[in-house]
Amino acid sequence: MPADLTASPGSGRSGGLILLALLVIALFACTAFMTVGVTGGWAFVLQLRAVKLAALLLVGCAIALATVLFQTVSGNRILTPSIMGFDALYILIQTSAVFAIGASGLNLVDKRLLFLGQAALMTAFAALLYRWLFTGAVRSLHLLLLAGVVLGMLFRSVSNILQRMIDPNEFVVLQDRFFASFNTVDTTLLGIAAVIIALAAIAIWRMRATLDVLGLGRDAAIALGVPYKRTTMTVLLLVAALTSTSTALVGPVAFFGLLVANMAYALIPSHRHALTLPAAALIAVICLVGGQTVLERVFAFNTALAIIVEFLGGIVFLFMLVRGAVR
Amino acid sequence: MTRTAAAVAVFLLLAVASLFAGVSDLTPGAVLAGDPAAINLLLTSRAPRTIAVVLAGGSVAIAGLIMQMLARNRFAEPSTSGTVDAASLGMLCATLLLPDMPVIVKMMVAAAFALAGAGLFMGVLARIPLSSPLVTPLVGLMLGNVIGAATSFIAYRYDLLQSLAAWSNGDFSTILRGRYELLWVAFALAALAWFTADRLTVAGLGRDFSVNLGLNYRRVLLFGLSIVAMVTAMVVTTVGMIPFLGLAAPNLASMALGDNMRRAIPLTALLGAGLALACDLLGRLVNYPFEIPIGTMMGVIGSVLFLYLLLGKRFRAG
Amino acid sequence: MIEIRDVRKSYGDATVVQGVNLTLPRGGVTAIIGPNGAGKSTLLTMIGRLLPMTSGQILVDGMDVTHAASNALARRLSILRQDNHIAARLTVRDLVAFGRYPHSHGRLTREDGVHVARALEFLGLTHLANRFLDELSGGQRQRAHVAMVVCQDTDYILLDEPLNNLDMKHAVGMMQLMRRMADDLGKTIVVVLHDINFASCYADHIVAMRDGRVIRKGAPAAIMTADAMRAIYDIDMHIEEIGGDRIGVFYRQPARD
Repeated sequence: MPADLTASPGSGRSGGLILLALLVIALFACTAFMTVGVTGGWAFVLQLRAVKLAALLLVGCAIALATVLFQTVSGNRILTPSIMGFDALYILIQTSAVFAIGASGLNLVDKRLLFLGQAALMTAFAALLYRWLFTGAVRSLHLLLLAGVVLGMLFRSVSNILQRMIDPNEFVVLQDRFFASFNTVDTTLLGIAAVIIALAAIAIWRMRATLDVLGLGRDAAIALGVPYKRTTMTVLLLVAALTSTSTALVGPVAFFGLLVANMAYALIPSHRHALTLPAAALIAVICLVGGQTVLERVFAFNTALAIIVEFLGGIVFLFMLVRGAVR
Repeated sequence: MTRTAAAVAVFLLLAVASLFAGVSDLTPGAVLAGDPAAINLLLTSRAPRTIAVVLAGGSVAIAGLIMQMLARNRFAEPSTSGTVDAASLGMLCATLLLPDMPVIVKMMVAAAFALAGAGLFMGVLARIPLSSPLVTPLVGLMLGNVIGAATSFIAYRYDLLQSLAAWSNGDFSTILRGRYELLWVAFALAALAWFTADRLTVAGLGRDFSVNLGLNYRRVLLFGLSIVAMVTAMVVTTVGMIPFLGLAAPNLASMALGDNMRRAIPLTALLGAGLALACDLLGRLVNYPFEIPIGTMMGVIGSVLFLYLLLGKRFRAG
Repeated sequence: MIEIRDVRKSYGDATVVQGVNLTLPRGGVTAIIGPNGAGKSTLLTMIGRLLPMTSGQILVDGMDVTHAASNALARRLSILRQDNHIAARLTVRDLVAFGRYPHSHGRLTREDGVHVARALEFLGLTHLANRFLDELSGGQRQRAHVAMVVCQDTDYILLDEPLNNLDMKHAVGMMQLMRRMADDLGKTIVVVLHDINFASCYADHIVAMRDGRVIRKGAPAAIMTADAMRAIYDIDMHIEEIGGDRIGVFYRQPARD
């Protein structure tokens, strides 16, 4: 462990131990995912599952990192990118693209190129929108939260209209091809998603000490010499890129980030992003891979994971709201 | 007064437009000339649809107004208080457990669930420190999400996602004569609220205030929530959820008239019905000949209005 | 030296600070006093570049706070505001160590460790170093925040109403601490105070503001007069010299109509 800023004796070590334990559990979950209930051709099954596992790993990391970053910048533990409508915005952009270009046109465009275009558009939009929300007249956290929730509903309803404006029959075809969900993970985008997430992760890792300072709030961060505007903008851009990537792979997951980030804060006895970020990512992987293994292989539910996450996350959110986590 | 007259005129215009908009040709001329096919179409399909939209819109708007009075919050309404989602869960349970019962029984089950949902919402509100008026709709929306997730899980488990979709997104396109009459009851219940408006107003000022004035707070609260629950259940069973309508109409009415409930009720109902007509009509015209359900249209218009109320200068409450 | 040149701050039509020209000398304790809404805290937060000014210029040792690199300023000047709510769960040592960020950018060197220990010692927090902030009393938490500022080791320290929510004992302790920082560590302290008698007893210079303007400045002896107090606060004050300090008594006011 490098001698990072603000290491208190003990907390670093026990944090490290917890990370190690999480890593072991995550590896165990991955092994179980790959091997439980394999019958017949091992080579074929393993290959199939490896692709799915890779997708789950990427999604887990992307959502966990995006949520922790977003919460650090917004200075609270109840807002998440998806509660604020980030992933609904991505779906809206995706639907608009399908609507504008049409299915036949889309078949000519390379899917990865399309994804990059959408992600870039989304990043720009999200940055503008949330810069306005964060720096504009919106001062109260409650207002920000409620405005975000309602914006998300607006984005979803507009997407819904556009989806119906596309020929209903054509839309069913498009839905399979262009709109991912937990059990139809979009595998063509795996490579490019891996690159984006890796780049983002490297950038975030290099910012980790600055992120710790941002966690003290705006005034303290400026007083300690952090170029505040530039740093928050960078972080919001990273959040938008990560959210686009995870939404492109598995579709929207509203409460997953909230669940994972708060579990990480509860487990790690430190505020340091060098510990909380990897912990959140590992917990996300454990929940996704472990949950999928248990549901798919033990209970034979296929699409239930997203619904269960929604249910649990919603309860956590209500609990936090009732306990007064929002001030 | 001229403003009210204008509202009535716009409403009538929308109602007539709703009668004569549709895939098969129906003109006022043909009806007046006594063309039997035209009259048949009008009586079995167009008139029932228009009446259903008006009844549902008016009663949902009043239910929203009652909810706002009781929760003392201008952002409360059946769809931001877990009530609609609870009604939908009730419908699902009734479909699963009592598949052979008539619609009215299923509706009663849904109403019981809706009442429980609204009660849960009020209970949660009573227990948390309301540091801001914005916490109320947040709690309600999230409570709705949690109930909704439980509902989807059950529906998924028993392969009923298709039926769930039918009542989770409001849609008037399947309304025919004989399929909407329950809405008359909903509207009658909502009208009943008009006679008890004063009590509801007092109850809205809080428990201590009501007790001080000698009002049985619990009974009035239960009465108000029951009306909201019944109206919600009836609308959800016949046409499906219409989000934000109960939020939009009362707020528009109070912008025009202020907060006196007895005066606000008729205008709220009129605005609710007018908004519903406009959304339904727009949904029929935007992608002609296909229809966009009113639930989706209202989702867009309602959330834009909600954002306006939140961020606009007039209501900078947060 | 902090030079404030024709600084203005307005929100829409309301002007909170109107054209302040002021030079704060290096060294010692300077207290900014004045009634509510005089613009004291606004001026202080603009010096600390937490709030952009509408017009004018503020120089700290010749560095323009609006344009200088934020990090370079953070090694010269630190500011502590009134409410410091932190979402993350931090120990006292964690918080104090953040003061080294402008110097080491996240890598704690041995020298940084010495600074942290010294700051904890200076504030008498060594035995609480591993306690979490939310387990401390209000006074202890306030001291922990001041310790971070001490650890930042800047020539200038700006404090915005640091006596808020402190009882008499802790308020006196905080004022003594400012004196020690100025006298023993050679810091320049600029502090916004509400209690005129604390300012009189502990400050070297007093700057009095009213309605967004500086209306009096000078040594405590020059400011602590019945005349000046009426001009600043609009109340009658009886000034008495007790044990070498000038103390204002104002608790009973003649009835006015």
